[in-house]
Amino acid sequence: MLKSSLGLIALSSLLLSGTAFAQEKIKVGVTATLEGTYTVLGEDGMRGHQTALNVLGKKVGDKELEFIVASTDATPDSAVRAVRKLIEQDKVQILLSPLSGDEGIAVKNFAKTHPELTFVNAASGAQETTYVDPAPNFFRYNMDGAQWQVGLGKYAYETKGYRKIATVGEDYSFIYTQVFGLVLEFCGAGGQVTNRQWVPLGTKDFASVIAALPDDVDAIYLGLGGADAVNFLNQYQQAGGKAHLMGGSIMIDQTILSSKGSAKNALIGTIAASGQADTWEDPGWQKFVKAYQDSFPENKRFPSPSLLATNYYGSTMALILALRQVNGDLSNNQAKLKDALAKIEIDAPNGKIKLDANRQAIGTNFVTEVVDDGKGALFSKVVKVIPNVNQTLGYDPAVFAKIGLPSRTVPECKKY
Amino acid sequence: MARFIERHPVWALIVIIAVAVLAWLVFAIWPPGLEAAIGRKRVFLNAVLNGITLGGLYFLVASGFTLIFGLMRNVNLAHGSLYLFGGYVGYAVSTWTGSWILSFIVAFVAVALVGVILQLAVFRRMEGQDLRQTMVTIGLSIVFADLMLWVFGGDFYQVQTPTWLIGPVQLPLLTAIKSSGEPVYLQYPLVRLVIFAASVVIGIAMWLALNRTRIGMIVRAGVDDRDILAATGVRIQLVFVLVFALGAGLAGIAGVVGGTFQSLSPGEDTRFLLASLVVVIVGGMGSIPGAALGAVIIGLAEQLGSVYIPTYAIVVTFLIMVLVLALRPQGLLARR
Repeated sequence: MLKSSLGLIALSSLLLSGTAFAQEKIKVGVTATLEGTYTVLGEDGMRGHQTALNVLGKKVGDKELEFIVASTDATPDSAVRAVRKLIEQDKVQILLSPLSGDEGIAVKNFAKTHPELTFVNAASGAQETTYVDPAPNFFRYNMDGAQWQVGLGKYAYETKGYRKIATVGEDYSFIYTQVFGLVLEFCGAGGQVTNRQWVPLGTKDFASVIAALPDDVDAIYLGLGGADAVNFLNQYQQAGGKAHLMGGSIMIDQTILSSKGSAKNALIGTIAASGQADTWEDPGWQKFVKAYQDSFPENKRFPSPSLLATNYYGSTMALILALRQVNGDLSNNQAKLKDALAKIEIDAPNGKIKLDANRQAIGTNFVTEVVDDGKGALFSKVVKVIPNVNQTLGYDPAVFAKIGLPSRTVPECKKY
Repeated sequence: MARFIERHPVWALIVIIAVAVLAWLVFAIWPPGLEAAIGRKRVFLNAVLNGITLGGLYFLVASGFTLIFGLMRNVNLAHGSLYLFGGYVGYAVSTWTGSWILSFIVAFVAVALVGVILQLAVFRRMEGQDLRQTMVTIGLSIVFADLMLWVFGGDFYQVQTPTWLIGPVQLPLLTAIKSSGEPVYLQYPLVRLVIFAASVVIGIAMWLALNRTRIGMIVRAGVDDRDILAATGVRIQLVFVLVFALGAGLAGIAGVVGGTFQSLSPGEDTRFLLASLVVVIVGGMGSIPGAALGAVIIGLAEQLGSVYIPTYAIVVTFLIMVLVLALRPQGLLARR
């Protein structure tokens, strides 16, 4: 009797010590568009995420971060499905999700059904996500599509002298937001947007869209991404297109600029705006580019990180730094972590980022121009750096609210 | 033709008027009122030509599908995977050798071989069991999709168009007359015209082979009654393997074509399976002219839809399918 109880005590003490030695893990679910039109964007996003882990490490105090990845295809239902699976099946406590605009709106709404968990937006950039009825546990460390277009309209009007433009964009929230930012500024400066064409995400045959481009405009703005952008450029080349181009943030990006084939050469000289510029001299940016390049062999990455890599890097960085501030304390429905996330200011590679009251990033924007580096590789060159861009784009919040939410026809082309 | 007019004088009249209107739309200079109402003629002509050339691509995929179904009653839902595989093979060959033409040949042979294996290893074991074939081929298409994702990744590939095919050509179709009296002709991508011409040639060759040769006679006899045909001493299994190889090879060629003027990526397999299903349902199962007609209708509907009713463009194709299923469930050009 005594012997057996002694044995039990010995056994239980062994077990106890065992748990004390085993490291406690914090499970983080990550989603990226690893399928469909935006596959390349998702893959590079994950490279940015991995770069952040290489630079910062996975340790938070005495805890270790464990990342579980789920794939989506840029549709809102695929994002919600992936997030659900991560929460219900893999029991993650924190989410780093999602990548694309419509996904962002869906995940934000879903976040409200899990107020105890923390959602850090990975890269999505629709305005509505944080502007309309934001979720208290959803944090976005990248700017939205409209913020990413700040500076482009004025540059096109004043420096390039474009007076009339037309737009072609994918028919979903992120591109609505990008065109919103562009139209607001370009029309505010006095320009005209004569025609806005919308194509479904995943369009393969752009021939008719290209034929319908007006020819009485100074430039054509392209709000496309991933496979759609490459398809468009390929068919644009075949149709012998020669117009001046302007680009959205995921159009003028390494995901497109380093695609195979010669169709991308149509983009040389194209002006664009984005949350980053490939050739920025800033030491923080250069360090990040170096870290990205060192993390992967040359044929498994782009020459320089894409906007998605930068966003995933920034959001992963914010999450890890905030977790370290609270020493990995997730008690009381992660209240401390949420507090730290809301207050944290990060030195992201693409400039300082802090959050506003809606937990939306205020950051730096870049106007760029595509250049050939002489060896056939294309890069976006900095033309102008604009710090402190907020979600209302410098407008008075009351005036901004009157403009309406980005959609196919909003905003109207006028001065607000 | 004459018999059709005798039997359906009203329909014939409607068809003739429609053709006349279309011909006028294509060849005449549009009056300003019409341009104001439905946009420029250049856009319309481009959409029509794009629809027809896209139809050429759909025809290449669907003709193989319909051939296999027509002769063997094999429901091959892995047809889209054959398309995508052909595209990837074509891409690999064209980047490796730099030859666009060679990529077609290799893709045809490689995918035809896969077809032979499929027929020998899968379909021969479950002849005449539609449901089993359907389930097995759906399963196979998922396996193939994941294998291709594993090898080629999620990246999108584009088969390089040879330089002599890049750029537009001028077609002898007037789009407008400048104020100076100078005529403006339509510019159109050469590669699409070449691909369309090639698919017409393939279509006609297939029709001739089916209707004018001994092999074609055997195939057609097999469609009607394969037991009697086998009883007359024809090695029906060999014919099956050949037809399957041809159908699969055509899907492979279509993959290279699709990779040239669109792009290849995971998900394309199901897109083209769906497209060929719709084409074959509209045109009539097992009919080559039906596949051609269905392909052009679907291609035109997609392209005209994307220009004139962009929001609902995706629905148009399926509306056509629903209409055909409701009014003529056997398909427009089915034999029975």
